[in-house]
Amino acid sequence: MKVNFLKIIIFSFVIFFLLIFWLGLKKDNSYNTKNLIGHRISSFQLPSIHNNDLISDEVLKQNQFTLINFFASWCAPCRIEHQYLIKIANQNKNVKILGINFKDKKINALDFLSKLGDPYNFVAEDPDGKASILFGTYGIPESILINKELNIIKKIIGPIDQKQFEEILKLTQ
Amino acid sequence: MTLRKIIIIYFFLFTSLQSDEINPELIEIYKNLRCLICQGQSIADSNSDFASTIKLVVLDQIKEGKTKDEIYAFLISKYGEWIVYQPSFNKGTILLWFLPYFIFIAGGLIIFLIIRKSKKNKVN
Amino acid sequence: MLSNIGSILVLLILSLSLLIIHNAYLEIKTNNQLIKKRIYNLSLFQTTFTILSFFTLILGFIYSDFSIVNVYENSHTAKPLFYKIAGTWGNHEGSLLLWINILVLFSYLFLIFNQQHDKKFRLYTLIFQNFLILGFVIFLLLNSNPFSSIYPVPLEGLGLNPILQDPALAIHPPLLYIGFVGCSIYFSAAIASILSEYNGKQFALSIKSWVQISWVFQTVGITVGSIWAYYELGWGGFWFWDPVENASLLPWFAISALMHSIMVLEKRNSLYEWVIILCLSTFILSVTGTFLVRSGILNSVHTFASDPSRGLYILFFLSLMIFTSLIIFFKKRKKENYNFNSNSKETFILANNWFMVFFLATVLIGTLYPIFLDVLTDIKVSVGPPFYNIVIIPLVIPFLILMTLGPKFSWINSKKEKLYKTLYVLLGAIIINLFLFYLFGNYGLYANLILIAATFLILHSILDAKKSIKNKKRFEYSRIISHLGFGLLVFFIGINHQHSVETDFNLKIGETKILNNYELFFENIKIEQNKNYKSVVGEFKITELKKKNIQYLNPEIRIYANPETLTYEAAIKSKISSDLYLTMSNVSRSDFYNIKFQNKPFMIWIWISAFMIALGGFVQLLQKKNES
Repeated sequence: MKVNFLKIIIFSFVIFFLLIFWLGLKKDNSYNTKNLIGHRISSFQLPSIHNNDLISDEVLKQNQFTLINFFASWCAPCRIEHQYLIKIANQNKNVKILGINFKDKKINALDFLSKLGDPYNFVAEDPDGKASILFGTYGIPESILINKELNIIKKIIGPIDQKQFEEILKLTQ
Repeated sequence: MTLRKIIIIYFFLFTSLQSDEINPELIEIYKNLRCLICQGQSIADSNSDFASTIKLVVLDQIKEGKTKDEIYAFLISKYGEWIVYQPSFNKGTILLWFLPYFIFIAGGLIIFLIIRKSKKNKVN
Repeated sequence: MLSNIGSILVLLILSLSLLIIHNAYLEIKTNNQLIKKRIYNLSLFQTTFTILSFFTLILGFIYSDFSIVNVYENSHTAKPLFYKIAGTWGNHEGSLLLWINILVLFSYLFLIFNQQHDKKFRLYTLIFQNFLILGFVIFLLLNSNPFSSIYPVPLEGLGLNPILQDPALAIHPPLLYIGFVGCSIYFSAAIASILSEYNGKQFALSIKSWVQISWVFQTVGITVGSIWAYYELGWGGFWFWDPVENASLLPWFAISALMHSIMVLEKRNSLYEWVIILCLSTFILSVTGTFLVRSGILNSVHTFASDPSRGLYILFFLSLMIFTSLIIFFKKRKKENYNFNSNSKETFILANNWFMVFFLATVLIGTLYPIFLDVLTDIKVSVGPPFYNIVIIPLVIPFLILMTLGPKFSWINSKKEKLYKTLYVLLGAIIINLFLFYLFGNYGLYANLILIAATFLILHSILDAKKSIKNKKRFEYSRIISHLGFGLLVFFIGINHQHSVETDFNLKIGETKILNNYELFFENIKIEQNKNYKSVVGEFKITELKKKNIQYLNPEIRIYANPETLTYEAAIKSKISSDLYLTMSNVSRSDFYNIKFQNKPFMIWIWISAFMIALGGFVQLLQKKNES
């Protein structure tokens, strides 16, 4: 009797383990983006790239939605996603775009914007990259969509593609 | 005699050791943080961009006087639990911390029972 | 052409496995005491073809035959010859072929070296081993064929990862596989033993050498892997509790437990069921480890390129193995009566197994927990070195003490007086150590206790060694060597951990960094062009402030062309007392270089201790041959 009970327990354990392994195979192992959605972004204060002003989160409260986009002149995928940023700036008046220039030189960034177009309502500089950590980013390009209350609605890791572009438009109607 | 020889060797061993460098806690923190874009390396070991940025942030916070728990809490709030190699102690990880000891105690119990049973066998 | 030859050979191996299983099964039913010559021949052919197939793949790499997909993906004409050959097993498909080679070789060797054992037992072992072989060969053919061909034939290969071009890493897989895969034979033998209702003591004698061989190779394999990680990976550590490292450690704990329990089974014909469970668990752990490493389910520096279909197949195979062994075990097990004296060697061996199971369980739980949590609750956690250190270290202390006391007890009963005398002397030694440690160190409680316990074991083993040599008790040498090695390993790791000095800072060319004990001057950067890489060499002058001696260290950043990779080569000066360790990486888009400078005491002794542990097992292996 006791042995039968033991057998059942052992077999159940084994089946449980193998099941978890099987399910684990199907899981995606990549970055975890969900942990920040719904959270408020931290307060920040970054120097503007254009003048001596400081850009802070207070300014963003005036916008319906803000898309915070991390970019750099030396970043190749940033060039590819740039067209979508320009489209968003033109098509959607609800969304303002804040560009954060990550580990870059001012001259190069301004040159980049003059050549590829400037979709940004504000551009802040983050020369040592420390601000990116405040926003919980891993690298560039990355974009964070926030609302008027400064809560994160969507986080995009990597360049914005067509599908994400359409989703941004949908979320910011 | 042998004992005396061995003690002298020990004495010798320890004279070559050195005092700690400035801020060993910094390295301890670096080692406890995971480089999120690497395949299984700590911030201390990684040469990636992300790692060097995190190192700067940690340095800043230490200069501000934050404790290591505060630094961990800050980074966890940004990146989630998995940025820290030492799992925290909450209801999600209770099993993790207790199961090994539970198994240890269970094992000890089994051995104890076996020995007691074999003593009974002997008596019979 | 090589591709065709290889594929044919693999099909031959498959057919031979089926033939062997069929013939062996028929043979079991007959009443002959001797096994028909045919089965020996089939097994010999199988071994020959398997070795030939591996040789064929090696030839493909040597001659850069890029019509073979595997060679194309993992080699390059500019690769040095030694690494072309090592490339054969440095990839998933090739290493699988190596697995099969070891499975087949051990199958044959077990057959011919166990002629004094029961026929049914040997035949069942052969059958189940061949089921394992069949499983792996089918996996190879369906999913991971190293001989699949590509047309048109590419002109150049994709190259091997430069990090893998290292002598230690070249021999690390074969060594480890003899450990991992070697335990397959006693997995099969355990099932065979249950089915043929073989006598426990005879069973122990039949598998003893195989357990020793797999244990020695596993120990050496893990050590070589750590040495490689230390010298090549540039972080100055040698063990990270990375899932792949853990996967190699899990079988090690099981085999170590088995090494001890087998003694009880042999000498006292007891613990039969437990030995069977250990035999089954070891290979199950090996295959589980393979699953974790090759399926992509885990995130690690070491993983092969991952592929979920591989994972599915291995999982399926693993499930078959576990269910088959469980069903057979439960169906045919016999109740066992335990007859232990509480102060006998058996009890201490049980204690060893108890601790080994704990260590194994901890490492298993730590490795699997993130997977389980992620699947069940979608939360991602990391379980890293701090977890393992916190959970395991406290229990290493009683483990070391039991390890020291255990051998003192005799098999059935021990005189208590003899024991008290020894303890008394050693307790004195412990007190002296405590005194010394408080003079020189400022450790925490656990560090102190560990070093004391380790010293206890070391002292005791040295005194034991003197006594054994005097009394010419040869059979004790292996145990003393291994236990002494283990004590030294814990001791040196403990000191290394406490007194390692690690620094991390940014420096520009021409700058000097002043630390407590050292002064580092970043002299210059030199650029060199080598055969298949370009290297940026940093020239550093390091002055030790107290002793005023000067060392020059040159860490490198290597830029490889095929495939385009960046590696960081540490500059290491190994001395008897410590290693100086320097790595340099450039901080992107700046003039700064990130420097990691470390002083690590007694590193060489850590390697020596680890090899010493294996040496003990090797000595025991040789002894057995002398006795019989």
